Amino acid sequence: MTITGIAAIGAGLAAIGAGIGIGKIGGSAMEAMARQPEMHGKIQTSALILAAFVEAVALFGVVVALLQG
Amino acid sequence: MTVSTFRNVLFSTLFSAFSFIGFAQEATENTKKEKFDAKEMIMHHVKDAHEFHIIDINDKPVSISLPIILITNNGLVTFMSSEFHHDDTGHHVVEKDGMKFVKLHEKIYQLNEDANSVAFDEEHHPTNASSPWDLSITRNVFMMWVSVLVLLLIFVTAARTYKKSEGNVPTGIAGFVEPLIVFVRDEIARPMIGEHKYKKYMPYLLTIFFFIWINNIFGLIPILNGANLSGNIAFTMVLALFTFVITTFSGNKNYWKHIFWMPGVPVPMKLFLMPIELIGIFTKPISLMIRLFANITAGHIIILALMSLIFIFESVLIAPVSVAFSLFITVIEIVVTAIQAYIFTILSALYFGMATEEEHH
Repeated sequence: MTITGIAAIGAGLAAIGAGIGIGKIGGSAMEAMARQPEMHGKIQTSALILAAFVEAVALFGVVVALLQG
Repeated sequence: MTVSTFRNVLFSTLFSAFSFIGFAQEATENTKKEKFDAKEMIMHHVKDAHEFHIIDINDKPVSISLPIILITNNGLVTFMSSEFHHDDTGHHVVEKDGMKFVKLHEKIYQLNEDANSVAFDEEHHPTNASSPWDLSITRNVFMMWVSVLVLLLIFVTAARTYKKSEGNVPTGIAGFVEPLIVFVRDEIARPMIGEHKYKKYMPYLLTIFFFIWINNIFGLIPILNGANLSGNIAFTMVLALFTFVITTFSGNKNYWKHIFWMPGVPVPMKLFLMPIELIGIFTKPISLMIRLFANITAGHIIILALMSLIFIFESVLIAPVSVAFSLFITVIEIVVTAIQAYIFTILSALYFGMATEEEHH
């Protein structure tokens, strides 16, 4: 397997991690919004910020893969 | 949703099967034709360039040529990028002030005195040339100036309408701009920085919000292809550096105490936390930089990869699927332009808020 192939696998693994993370954030945010519709705005803001943090880690993986591939 | 997805998958499989047959027949007919290289096309789009290439008509490129400014050992050299005649392989030599220049993969090399053409080693790097300092007005710089002009036009016009109108009622373009400014103030600055201090940071937050947003949008306009400014790591690095400098200089006693001597934890823990918090100062702007760069670049790469499927399969049949998918991704990208500008601004505001937070017991 070439280094490009390994880099592609790495990018895929990073995507899996981010998928789980953002999925959990989104699921919990939806649940919280359903329980407390009056907190809708605040929950959405913090969910977006948290998703950005999770995504950043995945993007580090993507950037490393891009540099390798 | 599931039915249409299934249909798309089915169609794309069918189409690709057909196009393989078509491809096999064509391949014998014209073997001379150059093979399409998707990676090269995508990288050419994503990277910066010395000329503003718009379209190819009958294999003749139509482009705006931009000035090239080089600092060599013998002083400043300037000429227009059209002198390279769209050559990017290093074969066309431009002579200026007794020095010879070639352009290779959007990098300008200066040939050594005795050389007349560029020579390559095994990895296709030039062996008899050096690269001078390149301060050219590249297409990213050009697009940045265009976006600055557009922003100035929008906001100066908006500011003027307030003078004309009675009772500060927003009219015209101000009616579009005012809700966005109020959004940045009430949803980003006030909750993140606090009621007493947010005013000082409003000009910076508004500037980065609108600047990132408009550059993200310019990157999506097809006729301006190559204006991938917010997908350029130098651009995002400078923006992140601004946030870093403002955070560091507005940090109060409480902020630095939380970094060097965390209150409320035992002494071994204080010593353990100090290096982590110190690294944290730098990772915050670095993650801001990478997030914007990678999001925008990834979006461009996905759209272009979907479009280049047509040319990889060399079939018209694949085109509807490919166009439909890339249209879908483009619509998502339009949302992403706003979300990334919002995230960059809200995280900057969050860091300013952390730096200026007062001690509370």
